[in-house]
Amino acid sequence: MLADDVRGLFYIALKDLRAYYFKPPNLSWGILFPFAFILAFAIRNPGDVRGLVPGLLALTILFGTSSMEAIVIVFERRVGSLERLLLAPVRLPALLAGKMMGGMVFGLTVTLAVLFIALIGFGVEGVNWLLLALALLLSAAAFAALGAFVSVAVREVFEAQTLANFIRFPMMFLGGVFVPVSSLPVWLQAVARLLPLTYSVEALRAALSGEALAAAALDLTVLAAFTIVLFALAVRVMAHRMD
Amino acid sequence: MTNVVEVSQLTKVYATGKAGPPLRAVDNIDFTVREGEVFGFLGPNGAGKTTTIRILTGLSRPTSGQARVLGFDLGRDVTRIKKRIGVVPEMSNLYDELSAFDNLVFTMQLYGVPRRERATRAEELLDRFRLSEKRDAPFAKLSRGMKRALTIAAALAHRPPLVFLDEPTTGLDVMSARNLRRMIAALRDEGVTVFLTTHYLEEAERLCDRIAIIVKGRIVALDTVDGLKAATQGRTAVEVTLADANDCIETRRIEGDDVATLVKTALAQANGRQVLAVNTLRPTLEDVFVKLTGLSSDVMLAEKGGKGSS
Repeated sequence: MLADDVRGLFYIALKDLRAYYFKPPNLSWGILFPFAFILAFAIRNPGDVRGLVPGLLALTILFGTSSMEAIVIVFERRVGSLERLLLAPVRLPALLAGKMMGGMVFGLTVTLAVLFIALIGFGVEGVNWLLLALALLLSAAAFAALGAFVSVAVREVFEAQTLANFIRFPMMFLGGVFVPVSSLPVWLQAVARLLPLTYSVEALRAALSGEALAAAALDLTVLAAFTIVLFALAVRVMAHRMD
Repeated sequence: MTNVVEVSQLTKVYATGKAGPPLRAVDNIDFTVREGEVFGFLGPNGAGKTTTIRILTGLSRPTSGQARVLGFDLGRDVTRIKKRIGVVPEMSNLYDELSAFDNLVFTMQLYGVPRRERATRAEELLDRFRLSEKRDAPFAKLSRGMKRALTIAAALAHRPPLVFLDEPTTGLDVMSARNLRRMIAALRDEGVTVFLTTHYLEEAERLCDRIAIIVKGRIVALDTVDGLKAATQGRTAVEVTLADANDCIETRRIEGDDVATLVKTALAQANGRQVLAVNTLRPTLEDVFVKLTGLSSDVMLAEKGGKGSS
């Protein structure tokens, strides 16, 4: 049964990547979108552009993993093809994990492209690569779980987009992407502490400034916790919906 | 003969919220499906056909009751059951973005068909369902009949011994429906057990070894087609068409048990008029259905908004 689940997870992710993700418009949008935001911000506030890189990466993972994923599950449910997966010998958690994996692979791919460009621009000195890899991976997992949760919580594709944006946009402005969390009013800092993006930006900032793994241990732990809780919620909601 | 499906006291109740009392979609049903037969589940829309299939295929949990499929308990071994059955849902639901070939391969990947067999098996299925020319066409570009055929092909990809077909010919043109019925008959010849739901009486009569008639969540009859007909006695009829000297034509219908007696009675009613025609009418499944359900057979077609596919 576990073998069935692992195989199902892998092929579901592969199928989604082929059928939905790796299409030219998606790829270019996934890369351009975060750059556009950062560029707009950098033009308005020229100065520490390098300091914007962690936020840029975090935004890229956030939108790269969750945008398509949140839509894919709702879309497949609407057209009926999700039922094929529910009928297959793959248990629900593996099915959803496969959907998440598709989002993660795509999100990480566009993020690596953005990272490559950023590193060319700013150099690779003093990067804690292990921490960087963990931060990217756990951020992708947390945002993919968020995407899965959004997609099972709604019924229509447009609702998925609305709900995803309702969660993502406040995160974008409160999560330390453009302005450090510490410069926010105290009550907004409290709100920022509830958002996964905050921890993603912090962990990426620590990695890019070469800090030790221990410095970002809390961030990584919180990202892992977000992943587990959101994934468990998504599985629960979906199981409930099936009846 | 072994039973591949055993259902006992199966019930599914849906809460309707404030709209009304809970809906008993499937109400305490019992039946068995024997190995190698085509088992028909016949009933109007909303009778509980699809709900039963959804429970037996693991998509929905029963409120109460038990079911065993291929010897496995539905409550405990649903993944084992899923691995061994093929399901064709009412809607042709393969992936629009993938080609016919890739859709079949993906299905085989999910069901654990060994890698070396996948391509050969996919080509074989495309050939069998006359889809080889559409091998590389995306599912979205196929005609409705082809989509249906490919959906059935995908359900057979892992060679399941039991296949569930939910309304396989609904909405198809005459030729496609006919081809599909041929394919279903061929499955039985190969020893595959087929669980078929339909609202087409003629289709059920032609294809099924045994038929369960389900109305409002309850099975009102379960037998072979002949058995069902025999159970509705007194439905053999004779129609005699008579013409008098003024060419005034009248058709009379007499019902009874014995054809010979009926013909004699009918002819005796001629009273010197010319007999234009005598027809004997055997009970049809439609008669059985009307008698058992109290519903007009038109209900079946009207609710689907479709026309008979025969």
